[in-house]
Amino acid sequence: MTDRYSFSLTTFSPSGKLVQIEYALKAVAQGVTSIGIKATNGVVIATEKKSASSLIDDSSLEKVAVVCPNIGMVYSGMGPDFRVLTTKARKAAQKYKRIYDEYPPTGILVKEVASVMQEFTQSGGVRPFGVSLLVCGYDEKGPGLYQVDPSGSYWAWKASAIGKNMVNAKTFLEKRYNDDMELEDAVHTAIITLKEGFEGEMNEHSIEIGVIGGGNFGFGPGKEEPVFKKLTPEEIKDYLANIV
Amino acid sequence: MSGKNCVAIASDKRFGVKYLTISMEFPKMFQATDKTFIGISGLATDVQTLMERFRFKINMYRMNEERDFEPITLANMVSSTLYERRFSPYFVEPIVAGLDKNNNPYINGMDLIGCSTTACDFAATGTPEDQLYGTCEALWEPNLEPEELFETISQTIMSATNRDCVSGWGAVVHVITPERVITRTLKTRMD
Repeated sequence: MTDRYSFSLTTFSPSGKLVQIEYALKAVAQGVTSIGIKATNGVVIATEKKSASSLIDDSSLEKVAVVCPNIGMVYSGMGPDFRVLTTKARKAAQKYKRIYDEYPPTGILVKEVASVMQEFTQSGGVRPFGVSLLVCGYDEKGPGLYQVDPSGSYWAWKASAIGKNMVNAKTFLEKRYNDDMELEDAVHTAIITLKEGFEGEMNEHSIEIGVIGGGNFGFGPGKEEPVFKKLTPEEIKDYLANIV
Repeated sequence: MSGKNCVAIASDKRFGVKYLTISMEFPKMFQATDKTFIGISGLATDVQTLMERFRFKINMYRMNEERDFEPITLANMVSSTLYERRFSPYFVEPIVAGLDKNNNPYINGMDLIGCSTTACDFAATGTPEDQLYGTCEALWEPNLEPEELFETISQTIMSATNRDCVSGWGAVVHVITPERVITRTLKTRMD
């Protein structure tokens, strides 16, 4: 009986579910784990970067994307879908800047991306995105961390995890998180959380980290706005050295 | 016109077609946020259209972002709205005046396609633009208090519009201070 409702994207099943969207969430749950933690002075997002073969040049893989100087994001789920969303998010940010001559606040950009994802649950000839996003940014209200799901719903988090190991990672984060954590601590916690469910060896090439806040200032007239930055393998190596 | 932690914006009230005066109650300014005004001089139909468009955009911004426009952001929005019509422009020259979140004065004047100039002292547009700049330069001085600023801008607009036969017929002055907006109408020569 349920089969009848599982193909059409826009048909509710008798129980009130849109099963294609639930399947999209399943695609996310199979994806590699990503973590986000908001600190008092910034946000960190981190993910595993697993390549299928040792022959792949993993410096070419990018899972943490810069959307605009004050916003970055990471995903769990399907890589190609994420690329589409990255492009749309970047365009939305530049469109906003063209009008107001400033980059969008995190919440506004998230709203924009979420409405794109919602559209793909209701339009003809498309499927929902097979990704959940963790979007982090810094604006006049301070640091912000949001999760966006394939259905187009979004929440603000203090700390969250998405992907394969999200349940364990979230339990772990609940124990580790506290409200007066600073960015350096948050980066450590993010790495330790990733390590919990990590298969294989964790090194500077097998994880990716992005941060905003802390001491990284750059764009803007007085160069005082916090800037989103991806950590280089060398910087990640330093963090890992402190942990083991 | 900027003062010390305050700004003032003023316009005359005439609406006319060439030398025929049609109305003496045509305000050319509206309040965009608690501490920001937009004044638009130029072709009356475009003035009204733009006031409506800006009001729409300002309300949408307030609801979407749950905050009010900062004057500098507002000026950029006005500027990009005008530039969208680069090759069939609205025949207007807007002025944005307000206090930013730190209560510092912000003044911005634009041409019809949105080329904007931020001024630390004063900005003027409209048919008596030359006269206005002349009187501004003669009367204005830095760090005026709200009441002094009111006196200065009132003298400025009255002197300038008296030297322009298609301006005048009364004037309105808004003085924006961190606490409140003081609005006064001026009696001027009505001929």
